[in-house]
Amino acid sequence: MKQKTVAVVGAAETTEMGKIPNTSQLMLHADAALNAMKDAGLTAKDIDGVATAGDSPVEVAHYLGITPTWVDGTSVGGCSFMLHVRHAAAAINEGLCNTVLITHAESGRSRVGARRFSRDPASQSGQFEVPYGITNPPTMFTIPALRYMKQYGVTEEDVAQVAVVQREWAAKNPRASFRDLITVDDVLNSKMIAWPFRLLMCCLVTDGGGALILTSAERAKDFPQKPVYILGTGESCETPMISQMEDFTTSKAFRVSGKKAFDEAGIKHSEVDHLMIYDAFAHLPIYGLEDLGFCERGEGAAFIREGNTRPGGKLPLNTNGGGLSYMHSGMYGMYALQESVRQMRGIAPAQVPGAKISIAHGVGGMFAASGTIVFSNETP
Amino acid sequence: MAEYNRPLPSPTPETRHFWEGCREGELRLQRCTGCKESYFPPRPFCPACGSRDVEIFKASGKATLYSYIINHRPRPDFGEMPHSIAVVTLAEGPRMMTNIVDCPQTPEALILDMPLEVTFEKANDEISLPKFRPVKG
Repeated sequence: MKQKTVAVVGAAETTEMGKIPNTSQLMLHADAALNAMKDAGLTAKDIDGVATAGDSPVEVAHYLGITPTWVDGTSVGGCSFMLHVRHAAAAINEGLCNTVLITHAESGRSRVGARRFSRDPASQSGQFEVPYGITNPPTMFTIPALRYMKQYGVTEEDVAQVAVVQREWAAKNPRASFRDLITVDDVLNSKMIAWPFRLLMCCLVTDGGGALILTSAERAKDFPQKPVYILGTGESCETPMISQMEDFTTSKAFRVSGKKAFDEAGIKHSEVDHLMIYDAFAHLPIYGLEDLGFCERGEGAAFIREGNTRPGGKLPLNTNGGGLSYMHSGMYGMYALQESVRQMRGIAPAQVPGAKISIAHGVGGMFAASGTIVFSNETP
Repeated sequence: MAEYNRPLPSPTPETRHFWEGCREGELRLQRCTGCKESYFPPRPFCPACGSRDVEIFKASGKATLYSYIINHRPRPDFGEMPHSIAVVTLAEGPRMMTNIVDCPQTPEALILDMPLEVTFEKANDEISLPKFRPVKG
């Protein structure tokens, strides 16, 4: 997708976030979409491409009164929106559409109009995982961590430290769900969920949503907001079952997606000013730092412990507070993208001074899928 | 025995041999007759080379503990106490999810790479689940 460049010209989250019991999931999509359209100075009549995950893009398009010429319902978990950005960029380049709306919304906490999630007992997971007591992400996503910890001598304190550092970022963000600073002891003394994971090592469960609007870079200059250009994108997937992940100490989907995005952008790691790694659980940023190539294998935890990712560090990471402290309505990838866009626009609550390149890296399912987007606020 | 109230698998045509094996007390894997790759979960072709020339064989039942959690979230169907959800590496190579049984469900008792052997937990006349226990001695 190097022929032309595509840019984000509209970005917004839902008006409220956290606990929104008076709004259905469908209306959360619409609320985020209307906010993003206002941000871009557009109406539904101007949108000709629609993408969403979890819910159907048909439902979102019809509810908003959009008649698209391009539709993407790729739904591979919380990184789906990274894949939508990638697919939208290709579609805009190909002339399939001009202006794409990507939405996420989930009434994750209040469950108003939220879809039910179930695994068929004849599915692979239903046959070979569900009978052993897995229920939801805390009992699946956590399983590889112990192998990683043994292989690299990483301690429970190290994993707890990830949550501590992200709370430092959340403390700077008025919209973050949790803003009080915490210690490693606080994390280790929080309620046991799935040993070795405690409550504060697990993401929030909230209500909310977000939306992005993309168009070609040449049109982007005519919009009210500073364009945020897409330099490179990647995507991949590995396995629908955590038990069948090739190596519990590294994500193949992360490595493939990350390398694609870096290669396409043609940038070096040292040029990255700001990084978002989807943190459904505290071990995810450690895997992400290594699998994206910011650290050698086994060095991600020390990198965080030594302060490189905290406010003032050389690689600001998850600057909105992340899924651990900011918000997590179910498919957090959208919020990682939103924070990258804010950082590139220069309007983030915890703004990284002078940041020019930001990467948003997402995970889908339990290390099942991945998507990576490289953004810049400078014309490529 | 008490009625089994946990979620159970529904075998498909491609997995039926596996569940029939469990019912008969055998852990059945598949192997490519061409490239010799042993694999799991079941499917009627080799995931390594795509060949449909595959055979079913009885695995040794030996395994080692690859990784696990101890679930503390409420699962009344698994009892009141926390329980392990583990992934084991079979001696033949493939990995599978399971529970470690006949052993305290504690970090002190569940040591990564410890040797394990299969045991079958009968749920009903159709389904027995492969579980793993520490090798004695």
